[in-house]
Amino acid sequence: MPEPNTHSPRSPIGSLILIGAVVAAGAAAFAYTAGWLSPNRLTPVKVVDALAPPGGPALGHRRNHAKGICFTGEFQANGSGTAISSAAVFATGTYPVIGRFNLATPMADAADGSVRVRGLGLQIAGPGGQVWRTAMITAPIFAVSTPQGFYALLQASGSKDPNAMKAFIGGHPEFLTFVHWATTAPWTDSYAEDRFNSLDSFIFTNAAGQSSAVRWSFIPAAPPVSITPADLAKRGPDYLETEIADRVAKAPQTWTLAVTVANPGDPTSDPTKAWPADRRVVTVGQLVVQKVEPEADGPCRDLNFDPTVLPAGMATSDDPFPAARSAAYAVSYDRRTSEAADYPHSTTGAKP
Amino acid sequence: MSAARTRFTAPQRLLHWLMALCILAMLFIGVGMVSTITPAYLTLVQIHKPLGIAILILVVIRVALRLRYGAPALPADLPEPMKLAAHLSHLAFYALMIVMPLLGWAMLSAASYPVVLFAGFDLPSILPLNDRLHALLWDAHHYLAFVFFALILLHLAAALFHALVRHDGVFATMAPGFLSKAKRG
Repeated sequence: MPEPNTHSPRSPIGSLILIGAVVAAGAAAFAYTAGWLSPNRLTPVKVVDALAPPGGPALGHRRNHAKGICFTGEFQANGSGTAISSAAVFATGTYPVIGRFNLATPMADAADGSVRVRGLGLQIAGPGGQVWRTAMITAPIFAVSTPQGFYALLQASGSKDPNAMKAFIGGHPEFLTFVHWATTAPWTDSYAEDRFNSLDSFIFTNAAGQSSAVRWSFIPAAPPVSITPADLAKRGPDYLETEIADRVAKAPQTWTLAVTVANPGDPTSDPTKAWPADRRVVTVGQLVVQKVEPEADGPCRDLNFDPTVLPAGMATSDDPFPAARSAAYAVSYDRRTSEAADYPHSTTGAKP
Repeated sequence: MSAARTRFTAPQRLLHWLMALCILAMLFIGVGMVSTITPAYLTLVQIHKPLGIAILILVVIRVALRLRYGAPALPADLPEPMKLAAHLSHLAFYALMIVMPLLGWAMLSAASYPVVLFAGFDLPSILPLNDRLHALLWDAHHYLAFVFFALILLHLAAALFHALVRHDGVFATMAPGFLSKAKRG
């Protein structure tokens, strides 16, 4: 029987130390990559945790834009979009849509009159599984220039320090433009009357390989009827949801998809900076909302309206938000799907 | 005859080292991507998916090679518990290499995410949209990744132990050509 160590005059202690060091270095590199050694790294988990209201998150619900209602319908492309993007959903035709009207709040039971910003999540399914998802809001510009700024805003608004907000605004003066909009722009009395904006910039590429930076908006066909938040509150906490369900039951509601093309030099990396009003606008089609369904059993419930789910012909730009949103939405999605028991599907029993 | 073989065949060794690189990259990309909100997140996710499918294809070839050529026998003097540990850890490696990409694919399918391998080419969905299923698959994919990395560290330690302490030729069975020649010479 051969002795294992006959070839080695060396003590195994040195070798064992070397092996230990190699393993420790591997583990340390892994821990560093995972961010465990970098407490200051802004992780999607931190962002999602910071979204939680003081009473804790609404379990089973989206961690932001938690209150919403599903719809289905279609997108009717008029073919004009092919001039700027080869995306299959822009070829003349009709494509199925799943969407969600929502309120920009982490509270699933917020009263409709208490939430300034509303949102629209949308999935347009093109041929061959070429899916386009987008999540838009009613504000015409975003509140902060960077994802780090958004995290700072969440921290300041959740802080008990009375000067926190002042300090935040000092470091993020762009926030005042948003505040101006929030405090002066009229509220509408229906989701059907709201204009929803991408705010973030994306890159569209057409079949000829020409790329352009774009932003887009869904512009409602229904004329806006303004209402004060106080009057909206008087109509009941869930008025917007019952109203849109009733309105769509009577007649489909439509929005026009208008894509704005940037001029060279327009700011694409900062969604707080609006582009000048004279930019080229391509009207690419119409969203038709045909059926509204409660979220608990609705088709939008378990969809993640991740704005980086893009068909060929569309891509992200140097705007840092879509990546940050994608990372944070994934955490929100992973958490809420693991909390299905806290937000039962009505067909499976627990809640009516 | 494979019984006489003292090393893995050249294709087996090539696949081992190629997959070692892919899998290590995969695990580092995985824990890295979920820890950042920078644009690197999207780039890492875009690498993670096709690399996972590449590993799935490679492991199928690897299992076929292993079934065809087998493995060199472990040294006769290796203590039984270490032999058992070697066999079980190799089984676990094969299981993880097959299961991890499938879990990732299934998890994305259960969430109704398009599984984009590269722009314009999606894999088909292999499961219907289901929140509870997604949560289960996500947990499995997540925790098994750490098990996988721990197993790799153990494997690395064992390989070095064979090479530096026992000098029993086990390391040379899988070592690249130049290393094992140096050992023999």
